[in-house]
Parts: sequence; C-alpha cells; structure tokens
Amino acid sequence: PRPAPRADETLAQIPPPRPPMAAAASTMLESLPAPLLRALRLKTKQQELLLRVSALALIYVLAFAVRLFSVLRYESMIHEFDPYFNYRTTLYLTEHGYSEFWNWFDHESWYPLGRVVGGTLFPGLMVTAALLHRLLRALSLAVHIREVCVLTAPFFAANTTLVAYAFGREIWDSGAGLVAAALIAVCPGYISRSVAGSYDNEGVAIFALLLTFYLFVRAVNTGSLAWSLAAAFGYFYMVSAWGGYVFIINLLPLYVLVLLVTGRYSQRLYVAYNCTYVLGMLLGMQIRFVGFQHVQSGEHMAAMGVFFLLQVFFFLDWVKYMLNDVKLFKSFLRITLTCVISVGTLALGIGTASGYISPWTGRFYSLLDPTYAKDHIPIIASVSEHQPTAWSSFMFDFHILLFLFPAGLYFCFKRLSDATIFIVMYGLTSMYFAGVMVRLILVAAPAVCLISAIAVSATIKNLTTLIRSKSKSPQTTGKTTGSKAAAKGAVDQPLPFQHNVAVALLLGAFYLLSRYAIHCTWVTSEAYSSPSIVLSARGHNGGRVIFDDYREAYYWLRQNTPTDAKIMSWWDYGYQITAMGNRTVIVDNNTWNNTHIATVGRAMSSYEDEAYEIMQSLDVNYVLVVFGGVTGYSSDDINKFLWMVRIGGGVFPVIKEPDYLVNGEYRVDKGASPKMLNCLMYKLCYYRFGELTTEYGKPPGYDRVRGVEIGNKDIKLEYLEEAFTTSNWIVRIYKVKPPKNRS
Amino acid sequence: AAQAAEDGIRVLSAEKRIDLTGPIVKVFLTLKVQNTATGADASHVLIAFTPAEADHLAIVKATRAEGKRKKKTYIPLPVSPADPATAAPNGARLYSISLPTPLKPTDTTTVEVFYVLTHSLEPFPAEITQSESQLVYYRDSAVLLSPYHVQEQGTYVKTPSSRVESFTRVDPTSRSGPDVKYGAYGNQLPYAYSPIILHYENNHAFAVVEELVRKVEISHWGNVQVTEHYKLKHGGAKHKGVFSRLEYQARQSISGASSFKNLLARLPPRVHSVYYRDEIGNISSSHLRSDSYKSELEIEPRYPLFGGWHCTFTIGYGMPLQDFLFESADGRRFANLTFGCPLLNTVVDNLTIKVVLPEGSKSPQAVVPFETEQHLETSYSYLDVVGRTTVVIKKKNVVGEHNVPFQVFWKVFLVLGFVAPVSYLTIV
Repeated sequence: PRPAPRADETLAQIPPPRPPMAAAASTMLESLPAPLLRALRLKTKQQELLLRVSALALIYVLAFAVRLFSVLRYESMIHEFDPYFNYRTTLYLTEHGYSEFWNWFDHESWYPLGRVVGGTLFPGLMVTAALLHRLLRALSLAVHIREVCVLTAPFFAANTTLVAYAFGREIWDSGAGLVAAALIAVCPGYISRSVAGSYDNEGVAIFALLLTFYLFVRAVNTGSLAWSLAAAFGYFYMVSAWGGYVFIINLLPLYVLVLLVTGRYSQRLYVAYNCTYVLGMLLGMQIRFVGFQHVQSGEHMAAMGVFFLLQVFFFLDWVKYMLNDVKLFKSFLRITLTCVISVGTLALGIGTASGYISPWTGRFYSLLDPTYAKDHIPIIASVSEHQPTAWSSFMFDFHILLFLFPAGLYFCFKRLSDATIFIVMYGLTSMYFAGVMVRLILVAAPAVCLISAIAVSATIKNLTTLIRSKSKSPQTTGKTTGSKAAAKGAVDQPLPFQHNVAVALLLGAFYLLSRYAIHCTWVTSEAYSSPSIVLSARGHNGGRVIFDDYREAYYWLRQNTPTDAKIMSWWDYGYQITAMGNRTVIVDNNTWNNTHIATVGRAMSSYEDEAYEIMQSLDVNYVLVVFGGVTGYSSDDINKFLWMVRIGGGVFPVIKEPDYLVNGEYRVDKGASPKMLNCLMYKLCYYRFGELTTEYGKPPGYDRVRGVEIGNKDIKLEYLEEAFTTSNWIVRIYKVKPPKNRS
Repeated sequence: AAQAAEDGIRVLSAEKRIDLTGPIVKVFLTLKVQNTATGADASHVLIAFTPAEADHLAIVKATRAEGKRKKKTYIPLPVSPADPATAAPNGARLYSISLPTPLKPTDTTTVEVFYVLTHSLEPFPAEITQSESQLVYYRDSAVLLSPYHVQEQGTYVKTPSSRVESFTRVDPTSRSGPDVKYGAYGNQLPYAYSPIILHYENNHAFAVVEELVRKVEISHWGNVQVTEHYKLKHGGAKHKGVFSRLEYQARQSISGASSFKNLLARLPPRVHSVYYRDEIGNISSSHLRSDSYKSELEIEPRYPLFGGWHCTFTIGYGMPLQDFLFESADGRRFANLTFGCPLLNTVVDNLTIKVVLPEGSKSPQAVVPFETEQHLETSYSYLDVVGRTTVVIKKKNVVGEHNVPFQVFWKVFLVLGFVAPVSYLTIV
C-alpha cells in the first residue's frame, strides 16, 4: 500500500503515483522520507538564498541581542547625559502631541533665558521613538515610552546590518555584504553609541547615514530617478536626526568632483546627484533647526557649487556635441569657464561679505583642524569625546578591522568602479575625522566594516577557489591534459604547498575573525554597557558594589526641594538634573550660550562671597557638585575644574588659570595655590571632608582620586549650607542662604 | 444626653490605656457597664470622641468578654457611628457598639474597646535639626469622655522612653519612668472632660503614606500581579538646616534620631518577580526574605528620610493565582485578597485598591468588612480589546489593623477570555 501523502509533501511537490509494490515494512519506512528529501532538495540558487537569508536573520538578531548587555548588567535605563534630554523631550512629545512639542519653550533649562526646544533640536530621534511607541500601542502592547527609548538604538543598529548587507552587495558582491553585516553587527566602534539605553541621535543617525549612502550609490549605479528620490528621503531622515548630516552634504559633492576629475562623469551621476541634492535640500529645510542653512551657510556651499558645476558640465557637454568643432569649443569652454568661475566667486564673495552666507562655524573648523578647538573653543575641547583619538582606542574599537581596512582599500582599487570609489572616499574621509575626534569613530565604523568586509570576502573567496581547484586537480591532471584546470595547475606549479598554504591562511582568517568576535563581545560587556549614571565596582570580596549616588541626589532634588528651585551645577549634569530631578538648571549640555556657562565657571572658581553675588544674580537656590574623593571616582568636578577656570576665564578675564596652578601644576594638597584652596568649588567639594577617614592607614581628608591629603581641612561656609550629600559623597548639594537682613 | 438618660446605662468602672510608644496612638478601653434602667433592655453602648479625635480615628473595634477566667472568649461586636441626629454637647461624636444579646436591667457586662488615632501626635518643636531628637505633644482628657455616668475610672499613658518633658497634672497623677497614671477618679458626670497634654520624646519612624494605589491584576492564566505606588512622607518634626552626611554616618545613634532609612513590607508567601523602583529607575537597596507563611521585603529608600522629606516609589510582585482564586457556591469566582498596606507601622492617608479582573468578567462585587467608597472603571493592558473591568475601592486613614482579607466576586464570560491569546496569534 502506498503511504498517504503528508500535508507538507503536497505543498511542496506531489509525488508521482508509483506502482504498488510488494511492500515489506522496511521499504515502507524507506519510501517515506524519499519524497520528503526530494521536496527539501533545493536548487543551488535556492540553497544559497536560504543560507543568505538565515545568516542575515541571525546577524539581525545578534546585532540586537549583543546590545542588551547593558540591560542585563544594569537595568533598562537611559544612559549618560544627552540621552536624558532626548528622553525628556520624547516623553513630552508623547504626552503633549506634536504641535505642542514643536512650540515647546522650556523654562526649566538655561535659567533665566530658557530654551526654545522645538527649534533647537533634531526631532528625528524623538519622532521615531514616539511613532514606534504609538505603533506598539495600536497593537495593544502597553509598553512604556521608556522601554521604547531604551531599545530604539539596538533596533536601528539591527536595521543597519541590513543596510550594510545591501550596501556591500552593491559595491562588491553579496558575500561581502554578508560579511559587512556581520562585522558591523558587533563592531565596538558602533556598539559604543548604540547599546540599549544609549538613546542618542547617533543611534538612528548611523542607520540613516548608511542608508543615504547606499541609496545614493545605488542611484549612481542605476541612474534611476526612483533611487535618487529614495536617497533624498534618506538624507531628509538623516537631517532630521543628527547634525552629522553635514558630512553627507560635503562628501557627496566631493565624490562627484572626484568622479568628474577622473573622467567618470555620466548621465547616471548627473541624475542621481541633481535629484538627491535638490530634493534633499528642500526636504532638509523643513527641519526647523536646520532651516535655510542649506543655502545660507558656508558648510553647505560645496554641495551647491558642485550642483552648478554639474549643470555647466552638462551644458558644455551638450555644446560640444552640438558644435562638432574642437577649436570653437575650446574657446567657448574658456569663456564659459571664466564666466562661471568669476560669477561663482563673486556670488560667494558678496554673500559672505553681506553676511547672507554665514562663515564656517567653530565646530566645523575644529573638525578640519584638530588643534583649532584647543586654542579657540575651550567648551568643545573640554569634552572628553571631542579629544583626538588615541591609537589604543582605534585598536579597541576596530580590532582586526584596522588591518583589514588597508587590505580592503587594495581590493577596492584593484576593481575600481563608481561604487568602490565612493566607499574608498567615505572610508578615507571618515577615518580622518575619526582621528580628529574620538566620537567620530562612530561615523567611520560602517565604512571600515564595509571595506574590511571586501577584504575578508575577497580573500576567503580566493582561498576557497584555490582549495577547490586544487582538490580536483589530482583527478584531472592524470586524465586530461588540455583542460582549464590543468592549465591553471601548470601556472600554479611553482607553488608546491599551495593547497596547504591556502588551508592555513583560511584557518588564520577564521582565527582572526573569531578573535574579533570574542573581542567585540568582551568590549561590549565590559566597557560599553555602563550607563555611567550607576557606577559599579568590585568590592573586597569580589562582589559587585553599586554606587547609585547620582540618582539618589537627583531624586532627593525632585522630592525635597521647592518645584521652582534653581540648581547651579557644571553643565555636564544639566540634562540629568532636569530629566531626573525635574528642577530648573542654569546651564546644561546644550552649551549654546558660552557666556552663561562661563558665568557658572566664574562662580565656581571665585571666592565664596564673589560667587554668592553671581549666584544671587542668577536666583540660584542650590549648588550641586560631583566629588569622587571618597570613592575614587575620577571624573568629578575637581578634575574638571581647570576647564571651568578656562571657560570662565575665556569670557571674564578676572579668572586667570595660573592663579589656580603652582608652577604649572594642578594640585589640591597643602602645596596648592591659595586661590585654589579657597575657591567655591574646592570648598564645596571638600567641606567637612577633612574629618573623614577614607582609607585605612591614611590621614583623615585623604582624597582617593588625587591620592593626596587635602590642603584645606578647615572649611567654613558663610553663604551656603550643606543640604544633602549622597551616601558615597559623590554628589553634594548645598543650599544658598537667603541674603541677610540689612541693618 | 437625652438618649443616654433613656438608656440608663452607667459605667461602673473604666480603664483607659493609651499607648504612645509608636507613631500611631493606640487606645484600649475597658468599660464595665450596667443597665440601670427599669424595664427596658439596652441593645447598644455608646462611646464618645472629641471632634478632633473623630477626624483622626482610623479604626474602632469592640469585643465583649464572655465566660469566666480561663474559658474567657472575646466576641467581636459591630461598631458604627451613631445616628448624627443624636445631640451631644460640644460636637462630641458618638459611636454605638451593638450588643448581640441585649443587656437586661441591672445586668452588667464588660466591653473592651480598641481604637487607633492617627496624626494625633504633634511635633513640638515643629522643626528640629539633625542632632536633636523629636518631641511631640499628645492631647487627651484625664477622665473618660462618655455619654454616661462614670463611677470609677483611671487613665494610663505609656510613652516610649522615660524622657517626658512635661505632663498635665490632674490629681491624683503619678509618673514612674515612661508611665504616667491619671486617676482613679470617682463619679464623673456625662461628658466630663479634663484636658491633659503630654510632651515627650518619640523618635519612632513617622512614616506616612500620603497616597497608596495598589493595583491587583488577576489573570486567569495563573498569575496575580500587584503593583503598589507609594507616596511616602516623614510626618514628624520637620528637618531644619543642614544635613550632614558625615554626622549621619559617624554618629548614627544621636544624629538624625527621628529619621528612618528602611521600611519593612510584609507580603504574601510565594511572591515572585519582586521589584522596587521609582520614576527614574530601579532602586537596588532591597532584600527579600521568604518562608512558607510570609515574605518580608526590606526596602531602603534612595536616601534616609528626615522630617518633612518625601519619597515616592513603586513595589511590584507576582503571586500564584491558586493561592487567591476560589469558586463560590453560586458558581461565581472570587479572589481573596488582603486589604490595607503591606508596609508595617505606617499610616495611609488615602488608599486606593484597584482590582483588575480578567478581560470579559461580568458583574463584579467587592465585599470589604468596613465602610469604603467603591466604583467601577475599565482599564487597558497588553492586548486588550474590550478592556478589563476594574473594581476601585477607596478608603481614607488606613492603619495596620485594616490588613484583613476582603473578597471580590465576578462571573466569567469565557469567550472574551480568549481575546488576548487570539490577538497574540494574529500579531505573530
């Protein structure tokens, strides 16, 4: 009897009716899987597709899952500084709706100036999270907006792997795409900004950046208006999400220029660039924070110049085609070029002179010239993530990619095309920026991953073809002499151990890649998953000790101070105080008003009575300082203090940096300068610290960060009083006393 | 007064024991009453409170002792506010204790009354610094406020320490250590009142939960999820001036004596997935101890609470459904839950209990052994389509004595119970 066909069999392929057999039990068992196997046996192409899709799916899940270390190690919370602002605005957006958000004037920050939030932020991230939240709500999943915010970055990182795959396929082949997706899924340079809880613009912006580049390259390769349009929309999303869009608007024209110079101008390029630029510019203007910068700011002029240049190029091309006379054309070319260049420079000159076109901003300069910020804008230089990158952090963030990158460049140059030129340019420029600023490693990460993926994919492909051809050769050499394999074998004859070497190299490559995977996982779990709000350390018995002092202090502020209290602190903690403490701050991480920050810096570095006057003028009720001397937490206000002096001194020349130094040395012990020992910051940090024994065998008042006994143990406060100090002394809050009655 | 005369009840002897050791005032009253009327049975006994006391009265319980000596059993008696029409001088409020068997003429019986007063200790000085200890005023009467003639009575006050700054003397008055004794006084007229004031040290944690919302979500899939939102306040003398961490850490016994830094919550046994967090995230300082009778959750707020400081937080936990869900005789389901607040030694000013029934539940009914305000609402959670019927129970001024079981009954409408799994499938 014929076994009844099973449901899944019929779906796949109906087995042809077979003649009834004299069936024993064993044949029945054998005959059952046969059609199944046949149904499962896919064509090579299908197999490849299946493999690719499942590999991509795994990479997608991996990219998401590896970023959840922070949730496992700590909790589902928002990390660091800027994400707290983003979270607060997203909360506002979901609670009050879009138009309210757009018109939001935030009086809780930059007291007494306030901040027009709707007009001074990139809304892309908040809108994305709010939309995701609304979508989940519509599916009746009652998640809190915080969870959405926490998981936004991992979600977009997972999406980035898909874009990386598509991009890799576009510039090389699908193998390179897969490798690129796998590399970028765990690349520490990218993970550092996209772990769960790192709810920052970069989280979605890298996705948008790579998407825009991919769509643009696709548009250049196809010359299709549809892809250019898609690229314009990708650019629009990027503009809405992050200020780093300036990188796109400068890289694209640079790329076009390079193509023009190398004689690779084509109609495809013309269509792609014009459409993307014009539409992207118009769309970008819709973002209120960006506004008319596309036509008014010096940073965006390159794109416009190249746009006009392309028109001239096209026009000349047409004229050349119409004229058919080389001599005439040459003179025409000369006239046109002179006209165009003079008109262009004239327009630029008039625009700049009349102030219509704003000059390059300091931030832009500091990107091009690593030394610029140090000399001119201390507020940028003071941020640790704006420091020039050390080699170790390159190694830490890229690991083997650092060596694969040049190899990939080699392969790109070997097979030069419009697409590979793009990725090479993207790689080289972003690597330069990554060298200028630590945080821009993030922008370089996709390029490095893509180029390395080309190297890996091409190498492995070569090696495997070698192994395959070699394994066949012993059979073929004996029989056929004129075959291709034999011919190849003959060529390869001088390398006797080629097969073995190829196997060894392949193993080496796998070893390297596995080291990369291990390194990435380790880095993610150990270094990049800390929320930096909650600090953890190893205790004496090896157990984990949690220092939750920040939240202790912020929650104390939230619960036990008047709702209209104004808190003065260094700007680093501004966003956190407004988001977690729900209180008004004088300055925050937005740093838009240098004078205001300098005023706070001046107050911190003045004597108490002078500081009191400044604080009175700013209506300050509480002063918050961060102090690590008890726990050994090194990024505290005493270590940041010189920047306060510098920034304060930059605006108020009364504050002079040498006053706080002794022979150019910064110290807090007995040898410190008198100004240092009596300035407000010193007093607030070390108030009553002289009575505390921090370490066994050390005198009281021993600062564990600086490793010295403090120089001023008898601190008296006249105008302030201690209001709260957290359990590990990390955050100290002082109340500003009301002015004395006049007698 | 008229009614009292009609009833003809006399208090033969009264003993009032006031426990002032904690943040809450507990009063034990032993009344030996006699029906002196001729002919009429007395079905209830009245007790009187001053208006201030009545406002702060959290709970009144009465029992009657029956049997002799070793076979003594206490029968709980229902207590209810007396008809407001009953006139009492100076706005005194009357509560009536119903006797199960009416008191025949000339018979005597002993009624024991227990009541709890919240917010009745007034800190004085109202603001203290970190190094000072907390002193409070307690106001009451030396003689028993009663609508009846009181033949003989005494008042005993117990304070937490022997540090009693001052107390009113109404002779005979005596004091030994933490105990102050007033009386005995003989033959007091109805509504006699003799104000006394005690000023003494009380460093207990004056933990006041200004608002507590407990949400109990019952799922037919086997879990009861409880979420409790607390708005906690230190209700004692306000903290004044400096808070010095150094003092607090180095001299714990004398510095911040009236502050508290941890609280104990008693939860049902077999709780799981306990969390303790607030608006800005998880609070890592909590410990859970469980045995087969109860679970104890020790929570530490982010900072020690000094007088007047606030702190809001959320506790959540899951419990196995089979411990709480039962089927009644008429086929309805009911959940047997505990009323009140799991935090020990706290006063809850406003308690809201929301029992969220499974989607598709019909005709809910809550049975609570004391007077509460109730209404229904609909809440939405994961994958809800028609929403969940929610029974909202509200009560003011809740103390530990309110932690008694209460029941919520409902009818199951089976089809709707499957809406959630079906919507899961549709989404997947």
